[in-house]
Amino acid sequence: MGLISSTHSISRYYIDGEFPDGAAEGVRQGLIENAIPEMENEYDEISAGWTPLETPYNPDFQSASFLFGTYFAFSLRIDKKSIPAKLIQKHMAIETEKKKKESGRPFISKNEKAELKEMVVDILMHKTHFIPNIYDVLWDYENKSLILFSTQKAANELFETLFFKSFDHKPIKIFPYTIVEKLGSFSSDQKDRILALSPLNMKGI
Amino acid sequence: MLDIATAYNKYGFLGNEFLTWIWYLVETDQDITALSGSNDPVTFEIGNSISLENNLGDKSKEKITIKGDQAGLEEGTTALKKGAWVTDMNLICKIGEEEYKFSIKGESFNITGLKTPTIDTSASEDEIEGMIIEKSFLITKVINVIDTLFLKFIEKRISEAWKTSDLKAIREWIQS
Repeated sequence: MGLISSTHSISRYYIDGEFPDGAAEGVRQGLIENAIPEMENEYDEISAGWTPLETPYNPDFQSASFLFGTYFAFSLRIDKKSIPAKLIQKHMAIETEKKKKESGRPFISKNEKAELKEMVVDILMHKTHFIPNIYDVLWDYENKSLILFSTQKAANELFETLFFKSFDHKPIKIFPYTIVEKLGSFSSDQKDRILALSPLNMKGI
Repeated sequence: MLDIATAYNKYGFLGNEFLTWIWYLVETDQDITALSGSNDPVTFEIGNSISLENNLGDKSKEKITIKGDQAGLEEGTTALKKGAWVTDMNLICKIGEEEYKFSIKGESFNITGLKTPTIDTSASEDEIEGMIIEKSFLITKVINVIDTLFLKFIEKRISEAWKTSDLKAIREWIQS
């Protein structure tokens, strides 16, 4: 489990917003409705959704807990298929030869090549297994703070999209500007001065 | 509030200036406990890597990365003299008796390789809640120190005394 592993990579979010029926119920609903499907479409390239922290391969939020103390904790699971480029290249070469023999022509057209590639990728995608990646999420609802245990851009982007879809709260990534805006207690005059800052010249010349 | 993507690109430099300031605090033995507002003593050490970047003006950049447990930081200080900024650094933070190690990136504040004090992970499933709460407490603790120090840096950066006091002292340290 990422959250209790020995080393972590984390990116942070500020979450503002309320749930009309209470936070625990709102979060529970969002998790259930957007849990990763148990049966994945074998022709899909990617499948993503929430899963319980303790049972990442059994996405059942009816029985699993997501409330730990005052924290909401669950996981984002991203199952992805990846076909090596060289495998596509190999099958394209085989299929191209077949096509040439069938047509009796020494070449195939651009359109035929595109169709072949689509077919090859479809067949290989069907045969390839999903590789799961699990990223834990720790949400301190009271303090409007959330930690995603990943700094990978793709995982962050998928997280942001799925989180907004699930809970109708827009996650705001924490970085220098948003720390000032969301975590600081600067007056509007101070904020104006911060916004007017430009990079320093440390050489002093 | 500004558009997030615009703000990320426009004010990323504040994160790099902050990391450079942290290095200055460490090297000149400043009272980090007082700056972080912590009840426990807080100290920082530079860990096993630091990266600096210098904009050369014509859209090209000079990047310097120093890695290694016993690596000297002379090339880093030379880069600072030429106008470079710390963009990424590995830090060892002690809060009271607890030690945290991590790398932090200036523009994103993303934290990688974070090692918190060890917690007992051999507990039974019933005790998993306790482990999660303890781990969350430790991670939050070090994050709070970083955020408080960053806000303190910003407070200083916009203060009247910045140019005559803090900036002067940082420049003197860089040129020393």
